[in-house]
Amino acid sequence: MSRQASRGTESKKMSSELFTLTYGALVTQLCKDYENDEDVNKQLDKMGYNIGVRLIEDFLARSNVGRCHDFRETADVIAKVAFKMYLGITPSITNWSPAGDEFSLILENNPLVDFVELPDNHSSLIYSNLLCGVLRGALEMVQMAVEARFVQDTLKGDGVTEIRMRFIRRIEDNLPAGEE
Amino acid sequence: MAIFSVYVVNKAGGLIYQLDSYAPRAEAEKTFSYPLDLLLKLHDERVLVAFGQRDGIRVGHAVLAINGMDVNGKYTADGKEVLEYLGNSANYPVSIRFGRPRLTSNEKLMLASMFHSLFAIGSQLSPEQGSSGIEMLETDTFKLHCFQTLTGIKFVVLADPRQAGIDSLLRKIYEIYSDFALKNPFYSLEMPIRCELFDQNLKLALEVAEKAGTFGPGS
Repeated sequence: MSRQASRGTESKKMSSELFTLTYGALVTQLCKDYENDEDVNKQLDKMGYNIGVRLIEDFLARSNVGRCHDFRETADVIAKVAFKMYLGITPSITNWSPAGDEFSLILENNPLVDFVELPDNHSSLIYSNLLCGVLRGALEMVQMAVEARFVQDTLKGDGVTEIRMRFIRRIEDNLPAGEE
Repeated sequence: MAIFSVYVVNKAGGLIYQLDSYAPRAEAEKTFSYPLDLLLKLHDERVLVAFGQRDGIRVGHAVLAINGMDVNGKYTADGKEVLEYLGNSANYPVSIRFGRPRLTSNEKLMLASMFHSLFAIGSQLSPEQGSSGIEMLETDTFKLHCFQTLTGIKFVVLADPRQAGIDSLLRKIYEIYSDFALKNPFYSLEMPIRCELFDQNLKLALEVAEKAGTFGPGS
């Protein structure tokens, strides 16, 4: 008889409204503090990075996925397992570059921007830039240096939200023993 | 207590968390009269028994307490030198507790980094690519289980050789780490873990594992 409750099935139900409001408050406060869209974007990316380096352990502890051996596997795991686990959406993977080192994640709906409209004076603000930071931070902890950026954004009038992920290189220093 | 200790080692080989949860088994407290028939010597800041085994006191045991008060290295609780104190017949009869010397935290740090290096050697010795590294180290008195995450953190558990279910315990410790250490915004990565909640939940998990393990294979 199992005494340990399986952590995977236990889910803390929290209002996604609170999450959206929290993120919104965060971005607007950053806008007030920095007054410059580029700086806000950088800060969001930094914050996302700090989230990513911690989130990856939670993800690995809960999802039990093994090491990915190429970028395609990575893309699959990100879209089908990670996004599903944390945001409840499954983006589609498209636009693979010929060398197999770049792909796009197409998000039909982005839970962060449910009720958001970008005003005209913030036209270069990348509202969901936190996500790019998260992806960058998380992958760096599993020895992959990647670049993530938004190329389409529903807030700016595009039909879908598109994140372009590019593999830069494998991080060779500080490899855990056994990974060559 | 079938699970003896838990060690968490960061990517660089530094010990970031350590928990001992075993009751020392070989401790003996006896009352002595002058002169002391055991030969004591000072070694590594501790007073050890050099010669003279009797009644559960073995060579290599350290003086742990005198008259009920814990000894501080080679000094008594009042600051006197243990050897001097025991050489003075006026202090007798005295009750001394002997036992296997515990590891100091510096020693544990050193041992953890050594294990980290051995782990790396273990993976390099592997004839096949991509070895998992040392997963278990077995001796007659304990088994050391190790789990390295994809990010390079190692969780090491020392347990009784008959204790089952340590693999799932290691995964559970990983979850507890990702929850109570990483989700604490005031905890910096790779630094020693000083989070109350992590401690509490880890102890709970050890209790559950011990109960589940001794009843048979896993749970």
